[in-house]
Amino acid sequence: MNRLPPQPGERIDRNRSLTFTFDGKPVDALEGDTIASALFAAGRRTFSRSFKYHRRRGLLCCSGACANCLVQVDGAPGIRACTEPARPGAVVEHMNARPRLDFDVMSITDRIGGPFTPPGFYYKTFKWPRKAWPLYEKVLRNAAGLGTLPQTQGERTWKTEYRRRHADLLVIGGGAAGLAAATTAARLGADVVLVDENPVLGGRLLWEGGHQLAAELAGRAQAAGVELLTGASALGHYDGLIAVWQDSTLHQIRSRHQLFATGAIEQPLMFAGNDLPGVMLSGGAERLMALYSVAPGRRAVLVTSSDRGLTAAVRLRRAGLQIDAVADLRETRSAAANATASSGVELLSGWTAVAATGRRQVQAVTLAPVASVAPGAGPMPRRELQCDLLIVSGGDAPAVSLPSQAGASAAYDADSGTFRLAPTPPTVSAAGQLTGHGGVRAAGISGELAGLRAAAALGLAASAEHDQRVAELEQRLRAELTEADTEAPPPPDCGDPRWGRTFACLCEDVSAKDIHRGVEEGYDSIELCKRFTTVTMGPCQGRMCQLASVRLIARETGQSLTAVGTTTARPPWSTVPLGALAGVPLEPAKRTPMHAGHLELGANIKWAGDWQRPYDYGDPDAEVKAVHEAAGLIDVSTLGKLLVSGPDAGLFLDRLYPNRLSNLKPGRVRYGVLTNDAGRIMDDGTVCRLDEDTFYVTTTSSGAGAVEQWFSWWLADWGLDVELTDVTQALCAVNLAGPRAREILSRVTELDISREGFAYLDARQAPVAGVNALLLRIGFVGELGYEIHAPAAHGEQLWEALLAAGAQDEIRPFGLEPQRVLRLEKQHIIVGQDTDSESNPYNAAMPWAVKLDKDEEFIGKWALARAAGGAAQATLVGFKLGNGQVPLEGAAILDPAGAAAGQVTSARRSRRLATVIGMAWVPAALATDGATVTIADRGSRLQATVVTEPFYDPGGELLRS
Amino acid sequence: MSFVLTCPICGPREVTDFAFGGELSSRPKQPPGFRELCEYNYFRRNVAGVQREWWYHRSGCRTWFQADRDTRTNEVLRVGLPGSFEA
Repeated sequence: MNRLPPQPGERIDRNRSLTFTFDGKPVDALEGDTIASALFAAGRRTFSRSFKYHRRRGLLCCSGACANCLVQVDGAPGIRACTEPARPGAVVEHMNARPRLDFDVMSITDRIGGPFTPPGFYYKTFKWPRKAWPLYEKVLRNAAGLGTLPQTQGERTWKTEYRRRHADLLVIGGGAAGLAAATTAARLGADVVLVDENPVLGGRLLWEGGHQLAAELAGRAQAAGVELLTGASALGHYDGLIAVWQDSTLHQIRSRHQLFATGAIEQPLMFAGNDLPGVMLSGGAERLMALYSVAPGRRAVLVTSSDRGLTAAVRLRRAGLQIDAVADLRETRSAAANATASSGVELLSGWTAVAATGRRQVQAVTLAPVASVAPGAGPMPRRELQCDLLIVSGGDAPAVSLPSQAGASAAYDADSGTFRLAPTPPTVSAAGQLTGHGGVRAAGISGELAGLRAAAALGLAASAEHDQRVAELEQRLRAELTEADTEAPPPPDCGDPRWGRTFACLCEDVSAKDIHRGVEEGYDSIELCKRFTTVTMGPCQGRMCQLASVRLIARETGQSLTAVGTTTARPPWSTVPLGALAGVPLEPAKRTPMHAGHLELGANIKWAGDWQRPYDYGDPDAEVKAVHEAAGLIDVSTLGKLLVSGPDAGLFLDRLYPNRLSNLKPGRVRYGVLTNDAGRIMDDGTVCRLDEDTFYVTTTSSGAGAVEQWFSWWLADWGLDVELTDVTQALCAVNLAGPRAREILSRVTELDISREGFAYLDARQAPVAGVNALLLRIGFVGELGYEIHAPAAHGEQLWEALLAAGAQDEIRPFGLEPQRVLRLEKQHIIVGQDTDSESNPYNAAMPWAVKLDKDEEFIGKWALARAAGGAAQATLVGFKLGNGQVPLEGAAILDPAGAAAGQVTSARRSRRLATVIGMAWVPAALATDGATVTIADRGSRLQATVVTEPFYDPGGELLRS
Repeated sequence: MSFVLTCPICGPREVTDFAFGGELSSRPKQPPGFRELCEYNYFRRNVAGVQREWWYHRSGCRTWFQADRDTRTNEVLRVGLPGSFEA
């Protein structure tokens, strides 16, 4: 294996190997490797092809910041190979190259496509001739985008769990500063949550030789009671709430104070060929060596604008990397620079890279003095050095995006050449390298200081000791910073176009020349130039390119960087799957008490809202037949059930329903349609009076919540003497229906259920199969039937007893689908299917449900009084078709002129009636029995006959038997 | 749009725990004419400022209560059970 000798703090386990495939070929890896580290160790240098020009791209940052290593893993596109752990059996594929990553036909755009694809090319080219646009679109569509999505999607393998967390302090960033801040605040009594996007806490300590210190700091935080979330990326700030994505959980964290210790992002340098594989940030090279024990190259040249690159060089050389020369952009040598020179490495002070060249990867670098890069500076002395690794370090840009979203602002600091955080709002603070306090000592002090200040802001630390400690830390911090690093802001662009493109934005393939062009064309503000060139709009979201783009625009427009400013920081800052934000979340699945019984009987279970319900038990036609000829049993436990009790109960219901309910006698049931103040149908169900002061109301299954909400709102407003109890889940219910229902029921109850003793629309309370039950004689399915309500705990017992009692009559359990056929034969509506938000009881053909002469003014009366007088436009009717096609629900009803004038809401084949039946909204003129209506269904025209009374047993004699 | 709302019974919760019930509106006392009925059913004042409105704690105690909220900033000035605010 191509690994270095064991590195202290390495993440790999040399004793545990695994294999995954890349483009079909097996790749050996070690436990702890990322996909990229394993591929790099195996010799791969090209990891992807760039977005527009399909140029080869290799590992640059190795930390998930840039987009050079995006691959497809197990079918999921857009995964960063450099942070994704290598898993056994993973199927990894390249993106954006055909036919192969190493031979991409589309790289022709790099050679000749330039003139056709300048920034904003889609506004300029591929326009003529106009007729050819569909072809251009097809070509461009295939060329655009990264990765492929599967054309079909099976059942999702994961669902998002949403977790709410309220805390005192949220610390974002688990490096030296963040850990110190969190520990300090927690020790003072704050409830602290710390989130870090990496799998291990410690930030840069982990690959700069401080892994033991990192473990110690993490241990202290844990001991202090900080909730530590690793592998948790903060996505953005939303009205005081920070969303954090971890595995498949979206944490929504709201805290009284937010402390950002997000560090700084190492920046690349601008020179021709700066995107070649083999050009690597010093942090990237260090991570490869320290964490994965992989040599990033054989012969390296290092170019840096600060001490960061120099200290990195020391560690890299110690680990065995050969560095032939170091170019330091600063003329004046710092202490670190002098140390570098004394160590025997050739040091060129005041020099920078102007070009990297090579076929497929870096083979040589051209260095030149920084001064000679300025325009008009005359001929340039140059040095060309062979190398296979060009390490660059262009300064550290503070990661200000997240704190900016939280209300902080960032201002340009000329000394460092970067944007720094300006004063923050009172509930936001910052620490560590983010605020310019880099280096392990300064970061630690800065973090502790920020932790103390946050605790004070939370009201947790008011003491003289506290103030003393703060003063002490401030002094120590000042001392640390006077010895701080000097940086030299690099020139905006050191590349000469003759040597190739200099890229400002790697994700979107935007070169320095493209920015120049954009400004030339008039897009001379940063917001406009960004939108026109798409710089900073790629997966890295400006991590690698925002600073570079600001420098270029400043140069092009002659403005200062302060005047140019930055674009507005917006979420998401980190990559997040759409399913995290908009997918179906984990929700409790509701099952009735009889669920196990349904499964045993072979039911096809489907979702009905958030309920799991039997659709049928294998033979819906036979189930319909059983209800008509013998008996059927259906589980209707999902119905909404409300107890309305109190002296004002009858009055309350009279005000809510359009019909009279206060005159209902105890032991009687009435059907009720609920209307709103616009007279529109909201829900339907039954109302049963149990005694003088108690009513039992049922609602549709899906309307249960809405009706309870509606009832309790009016109750809160009217303040009547009524108690409302939701017993939807406390009780179960079954409907026993069919000609043999009475006979079967008589075997399990002592109650007098003769036709005279228990008439249609009566209600009785009595034990059934040993279970105390409420029986309602109502008939949704059109046959003699009993709806039996009982405590949910006894549901299974009731269900099984009834099936056993009916076995000799060949009772069948029946599900939702047969129920739909049966109710349709009776033209019983399903609210929400046969009605919509415009339907009122009049146009839905239920005028008997409205009693305008009722004493009590009810909700909807005003609107219904108007509707009663006016002419309806469309009316709900039944229809039948010869025994042919069953129209789709939603098929259009056509008026005589052939225009759509209504729609089919329900349609089924009725075996009993040997015809296709349905319900539809038709123009009022056609809403008469026997009229012919035309249905447009999937290209055919069907002639249907209107039927205004129930298809089956129109007189309702069977129901009343 | 995300803020914390305090239920008078249960205490502070994320606003997503609740269902919004609309601004308080006065129901016509006499049977209204068509215009007045439509205004009552469909028009809202929709002020840019402090609004008294209904909230329902659907994920908790299922109580209906009222709140005074500044619609420009989502700052909730006060919550209370119906009838507990002065007119």
